[in-house]
Amino acid sequence: MRSYLGLYFTRIGFSVATALIGVFFALPLVWFIFAPFNPRAELGLSIPEPFSLANFEAVFQNGFAMRGLWNSLVQSVGGVILVGAGATLASYALSRSPIPGKSVITYILLLFSSVVSGSAAMVPIFLIINGIGLIDTQIAVILVFAGGLLPTAMFILRDFIDSIPKSYEESAMVAGASPVQAFFDVALPVIRPGIVVVVVWAFVSIWGSFLIPFILLRSSEKMPASVAIYSFYSEAGTPIVTLLAAYSLLYSLPVVILYLFVSWKFGFRFFGGIKA
Amino acid sequence: MKSFSLLSRGTGAAFLAPAGLLIGAFVIAPFFWVIFVSFTNRSLLGRTAVDPDFVGLANYFSLFDAATFFTRGEFGSSLILTIQFVLLSAVVGQAALGMLLAWMLRSVPRSLKHLTETVAIGAWILPEVVIAFAWFAFLDYENGTLNMIMEALRFPRGDWLLSFPFWAIVVFNTWRGTAFSMMLFNSAFSSIPPSYFQAADVAGASSWQKFRDIGFPLIRGHVVTDLILITMWSFNVFTPFLLTSGGPSYRTEILPIYTYRIAFRDFDFGKGAAVGVVVMLINLIFALFYLWVMRRRAKGVAA
Amino acid sequence: MASIRFKGITKKFGEFVAVSDLDLEMNDGEFVCLLGPSGCGKTTTLRMIAGLETPTSGQLLIGDRDVTFLHPKDRKISMVFQDYALYPHMNLADNIAYPLKVRGEAEAKRHARAREVADVLKIGHLMERMPSQISGGQQQRTSLARALVYPSEVYLFDEPLSNLDAKLRLEARGFLNHLQRDMGMTAVYVTHDQAEAMALATRVAVMDAGKVVQYAPPMEVYRRPATTFVANFVGSPPMNLLPVEATIADGALQLKADRVSVAPLPVSRSAAAALKNNGKLTLGVRPEHLSIARGGEANTVSGQLFANENMGPEKLVTLERDDAARFTARIFTDDVIALDATVTLGFSSEHIHLFDPAGARLPMDGEPV
Ligand SMILES: Nc1ncnc2c1ncn2[C@@H]1O[C@H](COP(=O)(O)OP(=O)(O)OP(=O)(O)O)[C@@H](O)[C@H]1O
Ligand SMILES: [Mg+2]
Repeated sequence: MRSYLGLYFTRIGFSVATALIGVFFALPLVWFIFAPFNPRAELGLSIPEPFSLANFEAVFQNGFAMRGLWNSLVQSVGGVILVGAGATLASYALSRSPIPGKSVITYILLLFSSVVSGSAAMVPIFLIINGIGLIDTQIAVILVFAGGLLPTAMFILRDFIDSIPKSYEESAMVAGASPVQAFFDVALPVIRPGIVVVVVWAFVSIWGSFLIPFILLRSSEKMPASVAIYSFYSEAGTPIVTLLAAYSLLYSLPVVILYLFVSWKFGFRFFGGIKA
Repeated sequence: MKSFSLLSRGTGAAFLAPAGLLIGAFVIAPFFWVIFVSFTNRSLLGRTAVDPDFVGLANYFSLFDAATFFTRGEFGSSLILTIQFVLLSAVVGQAALGMLLAWMLRSVPRSLKHLTETVAIGAWILPEVVIAFAWFAFLDYENGTLNMIMEALRFPRGDWLLSFPFWAIVVFNTWRGTAFSMMLFNSAFSSIPPSYFQAADVAGASSWQKFRDIGFPLIRGHVVTDLILITMWSFNVFTPFLLTSGGPSYRTEILPIYTYRIAFRDFDFGKGAAVGVVVMLINLIFALFYLWVMRRRAKGVAA
Repeated sequence: MASIRFKGITKKFGEFVAVSDLDLEMNDGEFVCLLGPSGCGKTTTLRMIAGLETPTSGQLLIGDRDVTFLHPKDRKISMVFQDYALYPHMNLADNIAYPLKVRGEAEAKRHARAREVADVLKIGHLMERMPSQISGGQQQRTSLARALVYPSEVYLFDEPLSNLDAKLRLEARGFLNHLQRDMGMTAVYVTHDQAEAMALATRVAVMDAGKVVQYAPPMEVYRRPATTFVANFVGSPPMNLLPVEATIADGALQLKADRVSVAPLPVSRSAAAALKNNGKLTLGVRPEHLSIARGGEANTVSGQLFANENMGPEKLVTLERDDAARFTARIFTDDVIALDATVTLGFSSEHIHLFDPAGARLPMDGEPV
């Protein structure tokens, strides 16, 4: 009886504490739910009356803002293609071909990629891009992200491919398929869930990032949304709250959708391991 | 003699090539390049932009110059600030709060669990500029949500970003990153067979006793993993820049922001590279430690 | 269909010898079972035929083609994998038709053929299902259908029934036997289940530690196991083995052991060669050749009753001897057997197997060696 009551009080205590922590996480975001729909929004919290989409209209009419979203898309998709294709091929080779020292390669790459962070390597990245004449190009952003994200992507995918029985490809070859046929007909479709995960992770990483485009891009028409958003500040440096709020919401939407997609498809916990 | 394999060595090498090239050019080359640049007085403009001089260890001497080491806005002070930031926001903030949440979420109603997880994960996945702006509004002196609440509770308003900038970014980083630790510990806890806890329940153990005697010891390996990862991430995080730009008067200038200022505001690439090298060395220590832990666990030694 | 020939094949993994100097000939139309305990090299042998492993040395022929280094796709073989290897992203029709697809058959044609084979295997109504939506037995038949859908010279099976429950396994075994009679295919079939090997094979290759210890038709392996290892492996329960003192006296072979009485046996040439005058041998008797002694048996063995198991149509009676060795009799009767604490089992002289101290069979005179 005593322990039953104890359990009951523990549950209540935990619920209250959890709710408080939940509020702590929710509060900074609450403003964000209302402001985009409030044509008179300020930094303060207020319920819009009436709810209106005027802010979004203004954003849609702002060519520079829309261009930013487009650039984000171009850079993320570009990076994702390189990361997805490069990591799939490379991790398949690491898993299935008799290259000596495969796990050493994987570990060394992982080591490098965690040591060479964007903030530690911003100088040489800038200098290298500058040196090969790609400064202020979108391709530079794409390449830098591809290189930086590939080792982790390869690590995740290799783990995934290692867990797939070799008998899939073996049976295909016995049945008459060439190695390339076996790769495309059998291995690739089976690996696809792993590729989806890596691609989503890479997309979200590039889409949300600020530092790399910030140092590599100069001209405003190439800026992704994360940098373009800073154009919604007046000359004096005060933010144009209405536009910023609506734009932020638009800009966040793909991330939220992808998150929902992944948690629907692979279960909630999955996202846990893979955002770096 | 040739022997059968699913992918021949040649094809394997060809499959590896694209990724290898990209990683070589944008991860491995920068690693060595930064070391090289740190021994020069390379700058963005002027003669040293094209034809830098070799200056030996001068950049490192200027970083570790005892006379100015602890001066605000100099390397030493930034390093100490960063260490404080990491200890408080990652180790104390993210890991402890994440652990607390993961443990409590096991015994709260499902709907509350889902709600809390959703907001925590929202804080974690939304783009950094959006988050920074949300916090900017949250902490605003005139109208911010926080001051609104303070007023409602009859506390004085605060100009948080001016009066407590360091604590602001500590809380900010805790808020931003706790979800990762929470999810990691969450999945670690659920990998423990429920019967372990049920046996303790039958024996009449309290929640704290179950945590201390069963839950925590069994996920110790995950705690180590989590600590290393979040420490590394917080050590390299640039996001506070979006909230405070390192100010006021360098009081939130953690190393990544300091590097940025030296290299891209003062255009002193040589010195910026030297900071990068130091940061990478510290990263290397963490990364090696991490790999060592992972390998040890892979070999089946209880971590 | 074609024959298969191993010529001095050795396979090493690093320093470890998985298959050692194997010489084996399988005739056209034969169903050969590779039988042996886990890790003895059966799968490795099979995978060398498939081309999924390359021999370290030696030569492998299918028909009169040297295939030692040929890619699997060019060997004209079919293989059923232990885990079935059904492609999870294809429905049954596409799974079964896949070998025809890589051969460039048109879709309509290959699906018609797949359907044909599937109908024979009674999975024709499942063609639109995905592999995850069918039962284990149906998965097994799907993988079989995929192996049968195209003409092959050799069919390879790696423990194809081991993931089925006991009842399905019997059913599938019967079907495979039927198929073999029907098609007369050349097949190599890996199993560690001796009953499966006995039921299916035209010849059984019993393997131990990378070597073939006996290669003979099933009844031969059963009747005249070449070594104690084979004797122990084939038969259920396995043959009872007992060390005995042997002497040749008065032109007869006398066997002695504690609480064992064996009538003098004629001296075979092999026993004479192995013994000179006297020495140690191993006596073997199969459980099904033992009965409860009623007095007057030529040969007996006694001990304490250890277990008396009722299996329905048969009973397993086990006695334990003073040296803790056990002897099991398999007695065919519907009646319940009542037994005392001390049991004596009897057997006739023609059911005696003898093995030399190294474990090799001592053939009777006139026995084919
Ligand atoms: N790729 C490999 N690398 C190293 N050793 C191997 C490899 N494949 C097999 N072996 C070893 O070779 C031996 C024979 O393996 P094989 O798979 O042929 O055994 P098996 O008779 O099929 O056993 P089971 O009944 O368990 O399937 C085993 O000891 C195994 O550990
Ligand atoms: Mg095997």
